Amino acid sequence: MADATRAQTSAETAAKDSRQRWQDGPLAESLSRFPHRKEAFRTISGIPIGDLYTPDDIADIEFERDIGYPGDYPFTRGVHASMYRGRLWTIRQVAGFGTAEDTNRRYKYLLAHGETGLSTDFDLPTLLGRDSDHPFARAEVGKIGVAIDTLRDAELLWEGISLDQVSTSMTITAPASVLIAMYEAVAHQHGLGGEQVMGTAQNDILKEYTAQNEYIFPPEPAVQLVVDTMEYCARTMPRFNPVSVSGYHIREAGATAAQELAFTLAAGFTYAHKAVERGLDIDFVAPRLSFFFDLHIDFFEEIAKLRAARRMWAHLMREKLGARDPHSWTLRTHCQTAGVSLTAQQIENNIVRTAVEAMAGVLGGTQSMHTNSMDEAYQIPSEKAIKIAVRTQQILAAESGIADVVDPLAGSYYVETLTKRVEEEAWDILKQIEDVGGMIRAVETGFIQQQIADSSYTFQRQVESGERTIVGVNEYMEDEAGELSPDLFFQVDPEAAERQIARLNQVRAERDNRAVTRALSGLRQAALGKTNTMPHIAEAVRAYASIGEICDVFREVFGEYRPPIVY
Amino acid sequence: MSDRIRVVIAKPGMDGHDRGAKIIARALRDAGMEVIYTGIFQTSESIVETVLQEDADVLGVSILSGTYEHYAKEIGGMLRENGLGDVLFLLGGTVSRQDVNRLKGYGVAEVFGAGAHTQDIVGYIREWAAAREKAG
Repeated sequence: MADATRAQTSAETAAKDSRQRWQDGPLAESLSRFPHRKEAFRTISGIPIGDLYTPDDIADIEFERDIGYPGDYPFTRGVHASMYRGRLWTIRQVAGFGTAEDTNRRYKYLLAHGETGLSTDFDLPTLLGRDSDHPFARAEVGKIGVAIDTLRDAELLWEGISLDQVSTSMTITAPASVLIAMYEAVAHQHGLGGEQVMGTAQNDILKEYTAQNEYIFPPEPAVQLVVDTMEYCARTMPRFNPVSVSGYHIREAGATAAQELAFTLAAGFTYAHKAVERGLDIDFVAPRLSFFFDLHIDFFEEIAKLRAARRMWAHLMREKLGARDPHSWTLRTHCQTAGVSLTAQQIENNIVRTAVEAMAGVLGGTQSMHTNSMDEAYQIPSEKAIKIAVRTQQILAAESGIADVVDPLAGSYYVETLTKRVEEEAWDILKQIEDVGGMIRAVETGFIQQQIADSSYTFQRQVESGERTIVGVNEYMEDEAGELSPDLFFQVDPEAAERQIARLNQVRAERDNRAVTRALSGLRQAALGKTNTMPHIAEAVRAYASIGEICDVFREVFGEYRPPIVY
Repeated sequence: MSDRIRVVIAKPGMDGHDRGAKIIARALRDAGMEVIYTGIFQTSESIVETVLQEDADVLGVSILSGTYEHYAKEIGGMLRENGLGDVLFLLGGTVSRQDVNRLKGYGVAEVFGAGAHTQDIVGYIREWAAAREKAG
């Protein structure tokens, strides 16, 4: 043992000597001819980057403990043992605009071109639990997503889609419980049993207060509603993911990679912890917590982030919450390329950015992925643009070879160092959150929002000072024509809102209004009595109560949230 | 007239994308302007009311939900009706290029879309204020 230690020490000394020789010799000589392009090199999140990395940098990384094997604790290398050699990631493009029929047609277009999972964007009235004919909603109906008012719309949205074959994700949060109940009701109409239904709801309310801003109720009761869905789904639809804990929006709002990671894990931990506080077994709910991360343009940092995320979550679940089921330890994630990296200038360049980001997603081991379309800095994607986005994933999967070996960057001096560095920064932030009294408190006080705003402003200043280059924006600019090329034309049907409101009125006229009143009254009692609200939401949905009517019950009981303004 | 340019930054409707609005608010503040940020979920009425109450010189409205046609028209109209036609009305966010001229018809002085520099916006406002001063 002593000999081994001595041998190791002398190896380290030799390594230091050889590094010094290189620095004084070849490097110094090279720099005298080609000085560094910049004073300092940093990742997009501000992490300093060295010239190069050597075994020295990963000397304290233990293979078994820190890297290990895929499908095994701590899952650094991936959640499945065979990763993409067994099954490729799911190509899951988010789609949603106009009415349910419009979006259903887009689903079928995407599936026809090789998409393997579905994802739904909802319009703002739906995201905020308002009916389409609410005065504040009129201008927004069907604009940035599909309008859903009642179960009737949900039936049309998923018409002809096999909810047991194609997993469907719903990017909705504040009223997610209502959409989950609609999804379940449609699945039953299709003749499916609860155990057959696959799918995901975003339902991560904490990131609404910090980043996406589509919240309705105060954080405490809103988190309890999330736990209601976790408990309910574990009982009725065990293959459905009731929460997709989302860093995406946090990153898009301007956070760094480590902040994205820390705030996301803190949210996931909070839901799991609250479920345990309610008396649920951690292994009953944790296996169905899923995640959603951004894929920004800094290639290696994103790969490092995803590897660190899995290692940290495994640790949190096993060591801090005492989960025993390995499924509780695994961080399964969806990823989306960074909308915020798209430029309105020279939009074809966005195809290339998206391809680079998607590569990081694959090398980072994602379970499903959305690739952005080049025209999304302007509009809902045109068919041509979204097809190229799907093809990008297909090229990576079928042609590039990057999916053919598991975690190919493991052991890279740089990637392992960066993984460790991102992880350390994220643990520091998690500690800060704990110190201010936990995630809910950190949200209520604006602690998280301030950190994101600071990072966002720092980045903007770097772009404007020219410290950070964005091609076509602050370098290589061109005078451009005023309009998108005609083959990228897309417009949401301007009549969609009128048709949507007409259908809502028809449903209201035809349904059994007594059944609606009865269900809403039961829901009010559950919300007041702090029992699980989901069975009552499901009853209200089946009676064709509208999303606005259901959320109004919660507004009445919980009130509406007004956050601190932080910038 | 007070020395500092007074700016209201506002987010109308249900759109929660506030990264741009917050950056602009901070950049204008750092440039020495008096900035009032309304926060999200504002109505056209509440925005115009804020402009009036705060005696603002400039109104910057940020929209990333595709409802700029609706809000530019409504807010532009309300500004004129309330005798606030001399307020510099700027629009930012996700705006289709082909719509810019129509928006200017509603009273929008300029549109600063994705990729616009905060310093260009600062410069634009300062030039406008200097020209106004000169005109007396």
